[in-house]
Amino acid sequence: MAATRHIAWGAPLLLAAGPVRAAEEEGGLPQLDFSTFPNQIFWLVVALVAIYLILSRIALPRIGATLAERSGTISNDLAAAEDLKARAAEAEKAYEKALADARAEARGIADEARAEIQKELDAAIAEADARIAERAAESEEQIATIRDSATASVREVARETAQAIVAAMGVEADRGMVDAAVETRMEG
Amino acid sequence: MATEESEGLVFHPMDQFIIKPLFEESAEVTGVASEGGIAILPNGEIVAECARGIGEHIGVATLSTGQVAEIGCEQIVAFADAQSAGVPYLANLAELGLQPIRWYTVTNSTLWMALTVLAIAAMMLLGTRGRSVVPSRGQSIAELAYGFIHKMVEDVAGKEALRYFPYIFTLFLFIIFSNFLGLIPTAFTPTAQIAVTAVLALAVFLGVTILGFVKNGASFLQLFWVSSAPGWLRAPLAVIEVISYFVRPVSHSIRLAGNMTAGHAVIKVFAAFAALLAVSPLAILGVVAIYGLEVLVCAIQAYVFTILTCVYLKDALHPHH
Repeated sequence: MAATRHIAWGAPLLLAAGPVRAAEEEGGLPQLDFSTFPNQIFWLVVALVAIYLILSRIALPRIGATLAERSGTISNDLAAAEDLKARAAEAEKAYEKALADARAEARGIADEARAEIQKELDAAIAEADARIAERAAESEEQIATIRDSATASVREVARETAQAIVAAMGVEADRGMVDAAVETRMEG
Repeated sequence: MATEESEGLVFHPMDQFIIKPLFEESAEVTGVASEGGIAILPNGEIVAECARGIGEHIGVATLSTGQVAEIGCEQIVAFADAQSAGVPYLANLAELGLQPIRWYTVTNSTLWMALTVLAIAAMMLLGTRGRSVVPSRGQSIAELAYGFIHKMVEDVAGKEALRYFPYIFTLFLFIIFSNFLGLIPTAFTPTAQIAVTAVLALAVFLGVTILGFVKNGASFLQLFWVSSAPGWLRAPLAVIEVISYFVRPVSHSIRLAGNMTAGHAVIKVFAAFAALLAVSPLAILGVVAIYGLEVLVCAIQAYVFTILTCVYLKDALHPHH
């Protein structure tokens, strides 16, 4: 196959113009082959325009909208969180207040109850004291009565005994004398 | 592109940069010189070519029927029919350099630019299809690229430069994708071509210059007048500033093409050494190391091109020192 023997990196010598492209000089940079420039520039412009249209028509608005939506969502969420936080703080404050109120009320109720009980207690004590005093007076009266009757009985017994003793000694004693003697003794 | 006679692996480091038609045309060769052939092209032109010895190519001539040409030391007669020429065979016109590359010809460069566009479309469209608030992996990558360049434009050139963000993003994506696609073995790298990078850099240069004059009018020229310098120094500085301004597109384009060309060529040079048994482990290690370096260079050069574009844009929007 003779055809494949020919080389592109070699140097085809240009004998005539026409369709034959300006070939690379031996050792020259392929990038400096100016005959390919119009082709490269044309396709580069096509590629750039295609990329620009893809980006500006579809991709960038889409990504921009997504990013805006995301930052909107985030700031909304942050605001909502702030709001919820404030509400939680408020609720906590209300709870604390309710607790303090309840405590104060409980204390009031307890004090009131204590005072009432104290009052009832005092009344009961007073009544009991009065009753006790009444009983004591009654008892004293009874004791006095009993003591009086006992004294009278002692006198009676002493008189009887003295009569009997005198009679037992065989002496007829005058009742009046015995009585006077017992009376004198008992007075003594 | 190894010739038929070469044994084993032969690398030609610069061949990867040759623009070739993607669809190679053949033509039936009907006439024979002593070591060459005569081809009748589809357009009716008769082309004679001549080779002397193995692999040595002497020349090509366009002839009309019956015309005689001398190529090198050979005499070639163009025959119009196969009978008078002997056994016909198909000649690869692209390989002979006989297939012209017109402005619309589909070439290897076209193929890889098209792949670049497809890859960009895949990343920027398929990934973002979901539009979800909690992004998928593909969407994250697209958003990352978007955010990266968006922030760069805003930080370097300011908020009012965001109007030009789509253009800058287009440049960035084209460069980084064709750089990375060019790292695929046997691939073609459009960004290693001066023609491509020169167009990109010139587009930036012209765009920025025109924008500068449109936005600022004649006061754009204050860019060259360093008012913070001592008075006698301002005129010479202005000359230097003007020169450096016009050197911008040159450095802008050659930096990118040069980096791509050098890296890709060095890989091939190392690969060529791999054929020598004694140094082949070292050569393979070298290929791997250079390849790793090239991955970095591909990303960095795309970044550098983009950020320089932003810097130039900033000069156009705020020319006052």
